[in-house]
Amino acid sequence: MKTAVIVFPGSNCDRDMAVALEQVMGKAPAMVWHRESELPDGVDFIALPGGFSYGDYLRSGAMAARSPILRAVSDAAGRGVPVLGVCNGFQVLTEAQLLPGALMRNAGLNFVCRTVPLKVENSQSLFTAGYGAGEEIAIPVAHHDGNYFADAATLDRIEGEGRVAFRYADNVNGSARNIAGVLNDAGNVLGMMPHPERAIDRAHGGTDGLRLFEAALGVLA
Amino acid sequence: MKVNVYVTLKPGVLDPQGKAIHHALEGLGFGGVADVRAGRFIELDVADGTSDADLDAMCAKLLANTVIENYRIERP
Repeated sequence: MKTAVIVFPGSNCDRDMAVALEQVMGKAPAMVWHRESELPDGVDFIALPGGFSYGDYLRSGAMAARSPILRAVSDAAGRGVPVLGVCNGFQVLTEAQLLPGALMRNAGLNFVCRTVPLKVENSQSLFTAGYGAGEEIAIPVAHHDGNYFADAATLDRIEGEGRVAFRYADNVNGSARNIAGVLNDAGNVLGMMPHPERAIDRAHGGTDGLRLFEAALGVLA
Repeated sequence: MKVNVYVTLKPGVLDPQGKAIHHALEGLGFGGVADVRAGRFIELDVADGTSDADLDAMCAKLLANTVIENYRIERP
C-alpha cells in the first residue's frame, strides 16, 4: 500500500497532504516531483495538493496539467487508481480533462479563506463513504479561483450520475449549483476546492476531513 | 512569423475581472461604459510555414481552455 503526493513548483499544501496521509496510513507518502515521468512502482493512491503551481501562469493548473508526471497520473487514473485533487489539485485535474468543467476567478473577486459548511451529496463514493448522505461537515477553503463552471448539459449530467460529491451550504465563490467537489465517471478521481487535509486534527479546529482519507485509504487497505 | 492569439471568455460566462474593471472605470468618472470583458492577448513568434492546424492545436491544447474560452488566431 503506497501513496504519493505530486509536487509542483509553487505547491504549498504538499506537506499538509503528506501529514494527513501519514497520519491515516502510518507511513509517509512518496513525494513525486513534477518532472518525473513515472510514478513509483505500486502506488495505489495519488494526491494532487493545493498551492499555486507554476505561479498560476496562463490559468490556474494549466501548466501543471501539461507537466510530464500528469501523463503518468492520467494513466494511473485510467487504471482505476484513486486520485484526489484538492484546491490547485482540482484545478489541475480539470485542466488535464480528468474531471469536467473549469475553475474560474471567484465571483466576488476576493480570495476566500475560512472554514465553510459543506453538504455531502454523494456518500457512496470511495472518498465519501465515511460520511452520511446529506451530512453537513466543516472544511476550510482557501482559494481565489474556485468558481466552478460547466455548461448546463454537463451540470445536468454529472448531477444525474451522482458525481457531485460535495456542495457548499452557502455559495462562497459563485460556483455553479454550489458545487464544491466532483467525481469522474468511474468514481476514482475526486477534485474539491475545500481542504480536507486541513481538518484532520483537533488543533485545526475540526476533524471532518479525516473520514475522507480513512474511507479512501481504508478501501485500499 | 508573428501570430496573434486572442483568448476571450465565452459569451454567458461570468467575468468578475471585467466587472471589477468596469467598476473601477466608473469610479474614475468614465460614464457610458455598458460592459467590460477582459481576455488575454498572446504573441507567438513561429517558424514561417507553421500550419493553421498546428496553430489551432496550440490554442486548443494549451493557450485557451475551451470549456470557458474562445480563441481567435490572427496571422500576418
